[in-house]
Amino acid sequence: MSATHRYIIRRLLQAIPAIIGIITVFFILLNIAPGDAIDVLAGEAGTANPEYMERLRQLYGLDRPLYIQYLKYMWNIINLDLGFSYRHQMPVIDLIIQRLPATLLLMGSCLTLAFTIGTLLGVVAARYSGTGIDYFTTFVSLFCYSVPVFWLGLMMIILFSVKLGLLPSGGMVTLGAGYSGLAWFWDIVKHLAMPCASLALLYMAVYTRLMRASMLEVYDSDFVRTAHAKGLSARRIAIRHVMRNALLPVVTMFGLHTAGVLGGAVVVEVVFNWPGLGRLAFDAIFARDFNLLLSICVLSSILVIIVNIAIDLIYCLLDPRIEMH
Amino acid sequence: MNMNALREFWFQFSRHRGAVAGVIIFVMILVMAATAGLVLDHGPLELVGKPFLRPGENFRYPLGTDSLGRDVLAGIFFGARVSLLIGVTATIIATTVGVTIGALSGYYGGWLDDGLMRFTEIFQTIPAFMLMIVIVAILQPSIGIIVTAIGLTSWPEIARLVRGEFVSLREREFVVASRGIGMSDIRIICTQILPNSIAPVVVMGSFIVARAILNESGLAFLGLGDPNVMSWGAMIGKGREVLRIAEYLTVIPGIAILLTVLALNMLGDGLNDALNPWQKER
Repeated sequence: MSATHRYIIRRLLQAIPAIIGIITVFFILLNIAPGDAIDVLAGEAGTANPEYMERLRQLYGLDRPLYIQYLKYMWNIINLDLGFSYRHQMPVIDLIIQRLPATLLLMGSCLTLAFTIGTLLGVVAARYSGTGIDYFTTFVSLFCYSVPVFWLGLMMIILFSVKLGLLPSGGMVTLGAGYSGLAWFWDIVKHLAMPCASLALLYMAVYTRLMRASMLEVYDSDFVRTAHAKGLSARRIAIRHVMRNALLPVVTMFGLHTAGVLGGAVVVEVVFNWPGLGRLAFDAIFARDFNLLLSICVLSSILVIIVNIAIDLIYCLLDPRIEMH
Repeated sequence: MNMNALREFWFQFSRHRGAVAGVIIFVMILVMAATAGLVLDHGPLELVGKPFLRPGENFRYPLGTDSLGRDVLAGIFFGARVSLLIGVTATIIATTVGVTIGALSGYYGGWLDDGLMRFTEIFQTIPAFMLMIVIVAILQPSIGIIVTAIGLTSWPEIARLVRGEFVSLREREFVVASRGIGMSDIRIICTQILPNSIAPVVVMGSFIVARAILNESGLAFLGLGDPNVMSWGAMIGKGREVLRIAEYLTVIPGIAILLTVLALNMLGDGLNDALNPWQKER
């Protein structure tokens, strides 16, 4: 087994207590609350027939003592069984698979856009540090960093949907339009534009600030001074020497941001009626659909762990001095 | 801090024009929050006039009224109280938890460090905003619960920062000397190491207040605010329902949030330059 394999396996093993911890935190939290899914279901059906409710509780195992429910949930997770959604009357895994593409599309496009533009702006700000360009970029990124995302989204709706009528104000596809091929693709792009942009501006701001600071720090190191002394061009130094090293903390941040992929986009999905996992989780809270909620939270945490292991491996590629231990 | 240090701090800080602007805006918002009850004779939840008065239409309500006829200006003034109260209190909670865990972890090291850092990692892995939503929704929204939820999800960064500072300081001569003259661990932590590692915590604190205010507004926007007080996020949530006919109800409170958070972030940048001069901009 190579060092890389051993490293990955050890990191995965290390992640197990964290995952157990996360499940426990959410399990306790969700069970502090008064009322369960059966109360909500019965309330909506308008029948508070105690016998019927009792039968449902037995059916779903909700009449068992809490620790039994906990152990059973753990056992099911080990067997990759996420349980049954009382609200949607279908297995949680099917629901998640149904909604996952929308969230992945939103967050994928948003993070890619933000990472590309953000690091570029950071590089520019650092190269022209102390000039008007730098102050302008710094202010713009500070501004984007301070805007409430949901409000920015609503402002875009006012401008682009209400006033100009250019973009649809919500959803992912035009319902009933039955587009196919290129028209279908274009339709999704138009729906995606505003939610993606409003979220991307925030992340972009983070990358710009971080990249700028990181670049300035690397500019100060001895090997950059040496490169200058060798007579390399400023451009070559900026790209080959500084950028490459300055990217490391930005990549770390990128990894941390994937934490938002499954759940963090809740507000944006609510504002734009985006049919993703964030909104699914949000609705699940009010329906007390705990299997669903717990699964989304746990899945997104597991995703964070996996992405962070991947990021560490990328680190080694970017900087050969870093060794895996 | 003696007079010279204070003067040096102010010299560094005031060179940062954005930071000074941040202070000015922030002081204005503080004044708004403090004088809300004096300037206005009605509360933000009272029905005072005709609904949907646009800004400027009636000089008694310069920012207009909402769909129920409540004064928007009153909402902004009293909302400032809620935002600042929640932002600052949540940050105090986060800092207390973060500093305690970070200090213990960094000072003692070993298995305690391992355990506490694993614990911190768990909180860093859970999507923070999701956890906040769950806590607030499950336990019913009230100011106390909201503050706790935001505080409990914001401490890991502080813990890591403080741990780092403690690790780098714990073997320094002045700490070893303190140990040598028989000072207790608690005293060394509180009187020797902590004062030397507080600057970056102050900087991060101002950013955390800003983020706490953003988080609070997000929660309130989703309908997870305290229903007994008027908050900027809740105003936007309500305004969204009438976005197409009365966009000012969404625009105005958003500007209030933006200015407050922007001011705090500019302040934080200024503090960073003044308190951590070795990272100063060139």
